[in-house]
Amino acid sequence: MARITAGVGVSHVPAIGVAMDTGHTEDDYYKPVFAGFEKSREWIKQNNPDVVFLVYNDHCTAFSAEMIPTFALGCAAEFQPADEGWGPRPVPVVKGHQKLASHIAQSVILDEFDLTIMNAMEVDHGLTVPLSVMFGQPDEWPCLVVPLCVNVVQYPPPTGNRCYQLGKAIRRAIDSFEEDLNVVIFGTGGMSHQLQYKRAGLINADWDIDFLDRLTSDPVGLSQKPHVDYLREAGSEGIELVMWHVMRGALDDEVVEVHRHYHVPASNTAVGHIILENKT
Amino acid sequence: MSTEEKSAKNATKEYEDIPGTYVFDADRSRQGYHLNMFCISLRLAENRAAFRADEPGYLDQYPMTAEQRQSVLDRDWNEMLRLGGNIYYTSKLAANDGVNFQELAAKMTGMTSEDYRAMMVAGGRSVEGNRYASEWEGKE
Ligand SMILES: [Fe+2]
Repeated sequence: MARITAGVGVSHVPAIGVAMDTGHTEDDYYKPVFAGFEKSREWIKQNNPDVVFLVYNDHCTAFSAEMIPTFALGCAAEFQPADEGWGPRPVPVVKGHQKLASHIAQSVILDEFDLTIMNAMEVDHGLTVPLSVMFGQPDEWPCLVVPLCVNVVQYPPPTGNRCYQLGKAIRRAIDSFEEDLNVVIFGTGGMSHQLQYKRAGLINADWDIDFLDRLTSDPVGLSQKPHVDYLREAGSEGIELVMWHVMRGALDDEVVEVHRHYHVPASNTAVGHIILENKT
Repeated sequence: MSTEEKSAKNATKEYEDIPGTYVFDADRSRQGYHLNMFCISLRLAENRAAFRADEPGYLDQYPMTAEQRQSVLDRDWNEMLRLGGNIYYTSKLAANDGVNFQELAAKMTGMTSEDYRAMMVAGGRSVEGNRYASEWEGKE
């Protein structure tokens, strides 16, 4: 049977992708950003997932203002890296696990989470940067990916509680898939940042650290955090962090934190990263 | 909380008192629709080329308000946001101009790129004094 063994929380700052694509990872500015992912790359090589279930958001790339699904599940055979306005990232095409994605869609929708099904979708830095920081620069991604795209651009995103509960439904779906698969779930985005208007540049490290701590010590309480707290305390774009609750909900109630990395800044953003393993 | 109380609470915009911030909600999305659709069109290279060749002519395809149109031509980034633009859309226009996210953020805050970058390297803008509009009174 398929099983989720671990969860990864990780920021998906576009500038991190640019730094990798243009060979600037050794610059003084970026060195500490990438140093924190060295252990993660070792860890994921050891864990060797067959599939990454990747929770991310599109940044007005694949989805224009015409259509804004709250939860969209990628069911396509492959997902091309998108041109976000400066040319597509030079990274491998992302290959889906269509059978698993279809199974998850059926299971989760009957579990009363009304997903949008995407049979064609380009993917932006929200999806490809987490793959890059975790896997480096291979010719092909070493595993299949099932993307879940969450609206966090137009307010309101789904609540933290809704995301957490959806994570539990995804867990049930994956647990009931007959193929023997090791699945790791990624929750991406954040941490504190504000990209717009006069308060741009806001960072709240204390708030971020508390968020990272509570993923282990108080995940249910954390999932109840109201949206206005994210906006006020972690910046208008910090609300991307609701996506981490999907990841956390899909894990066991009790998890072990095996790695953490926090660094300010990458461009406008606090970079946060955590690896949580199920105990069983 | 009763369901009626919950609906009433959901309808209030508790986030309107955050200083220096536009929360891109459904009302703003409605107001900025054509502006944002113009911006996202610049995602594609052929559209960027057409826009560069004739900005006013290209903008004619998008029925935005005169104010919105002028804000685009003026590259008045904060005005675009005020008129319903969203940063992930306006950043496509910035990218077309060769302006990256950090440079764009500097412009919106009225800082030089150097000062903004230095602020970020020093840990970013503190949340202290920046949570409530009342804390900004007399400072803007
Ligand atoms: Fe993002």
